Amino acid sequence: MKIGRALVLAIVSLALMAQAKPVLVPDVSARRIEIRYSFSGAQLLLFGAILYPRGRLPERAPDIAVVLRGPVQPILIREKQKIAGIWMNADSARFRSAPAFYAVASSRPISQLVDERTAAIYEIGLQNLQLSPGSGALPEKARHFEAGLIDLRKRNGVYYESPRGVEISEGVLYRARISIPSQVPVGTYTAETFLIQDGRVLAVATRDIYIGKSGFERWVSLVARRHEFLYGLAAVVMSLFLGWAAAMVFRRRF
Amino acid sequence: MDIYLPIAGQSVNALLIIALGGVVGILSGMFGVGGGFLTTPLLIFYGIPPTVAVASATTQITGASVTGAMAHMRRGGADLQMGAVVVAGGIIGSLVGAAIFRALQASGQIDVVIGFMYVVLLGYIGVLMLKDALIALGYVKAAAPRQRPRHNRWVATLPLRWRFYKSGLYISPLAPLALGFGAGILTMLLGVGGGFVLVPAMIYILGMPARVVIGTSLAIILVISAGTTMVHALTTRSVDIVLAALLLVGGVVGAQYGAALATRMKPDFLRLALAVVILLVGMRMALGLAWRPDEIFTVEYL
Repeated sequence: MKIGRALVLAIVSLALMAQAKPVLVPDVSARRIEIRYSFSGAQLLLFGAILYPRGRLPERAPDIAVVLRGPVQPILIREKQKIAGIWMNADSARFRSAPAFYAVASSRPISQLVDERTAAIYEIGLQNLQLSPGSGALPEKARHFEAGLIDLRKRNGVYYESPRGVEISEGVLYRARISIPSQVPVGTYTAETFLIQDGRVLAVATRDIYIGKSGFERWVSLVARRHEFLYGLAAVVMSLFLGWAAAMVFRRRF
Repeated sequence: MDIYLPIAGQSVNALLIIALGGVVGILSGMFGVGGGFLTTPLLIFYGIPPTVAVASATTQITGASVTGAMAHMRRGGADLQMGAVVVAGGIIGSLVGAAIFRALQASGQIDVVIGFMYVVLLGYIGVLMLKDALIALGYVKAAAPRQRPRHNRWVATLPLRWRFYKSGLYISPLAPLALGFGAGILTMLLGVGGGFVLVPAMIYILGMPARVVIGTSLAIILVISAGTTMVHALTTRSVDIVLAALLLVGGVVGAQYGAALATRMKPDFLRLALAVVILLVGMRMALGLAWRPDEIFTVEYL
């Protein structure tokens, strides 16, 4: 019995050794991004190394795709239409899981790396986001609104694709720079790195990045939510004081 | 110089916001209005979420009206009894306004309603002021001066009369109460102080003498806008204190220069200039309703 099990183990480990896959060792330039008063966006460097079995480089260097995604939010999208000469909100659609931020960088355009099915499985590329449209929505309508959302967020800089944004040096070290604009929400972001060869994903590695307000900004948004009355009072007192102070200062001048 | 706004959740150019507050402050010091009718649309054009723009502009109006109200109070040119009645109506109005605000937000039509109300309000007031200023400057012949009855007939029929000594009136408090109610709703929905509506209404509907009207209206705006800031803080939670502070720093200084400028300019030209500014803003908002908007899709968080 014991010998049998050892034998099976040995065979399995031999088999693993034979077709051992490359391993990814990823890292990010910051695990935590703090939003302070002067926060005007951040630059994130996603880098790492590809470890090949027995240290041998393959003949054809594999490709890397890096995805940084923000926390998912349930959202409602409204579409304006011209009704009686006025542009007003006419139709709307719900999506249960739209990422607040989505950036993908790859060493070659994604369509050249993987087929559509694989891209959809791993959610690589803006066309492959799983937004979970609300129940009862017609597929065409959901697609129409999805396209609208992606276009809107692309122009806001929170969704983007950078088809040649990953640099691979010597086939071993890779790096990608992703910029995060200032209007992204706080929360836990995930950075996924995909090692792709011949249309197959060989390895996936994930790192979490936390974006949070800190110091004064964190305090202000906490007070505004938890102590609404004091917050409102502080705003009123501040405006009264500034108005009064200006009147006092300038009364002597004029 | 970029500064991050904690409630709006984005960074803005601080100097630009201070300058915007300053320009609006100069106008408000010159014309004795709160300036919310300019701040709110300009903040929305800059990309601040409309709810945050409305709520934070309200805070700025409070600061801008303090200075003017103080100056008029010293000279005794304010009917505080009348003011208190209007304010009582205003507080009820802002609570009703908050409920309307939430209902419109849920139906998704808040942008259109805000835009439409701005167009009607600014168009009406702008045309009225333009006509007055042109007549005063002698460019247009006034129609045969019609004797205005001192008391509005509808106001006179209301029951329960009070004496308002400062204004020299013996009218029902229900009329100023209703006026305050309307002003409160406007402040809540549009982020405007309502000075535009209050001043002509107090003169033409209530029949108050002009010398107490400006001081009274400023005192009312001060209290209503402070109350509305509180209502926004409690219900919509979209008062951005950093944005309001930036606007105020520019605004209160600008208001002082505006007030100094106003004493050196011919008042009828001032009125003409304000009428043109109001009509321009109104026209821009009207075009905004009819033109194809930049963004067809908008996102709302659930």
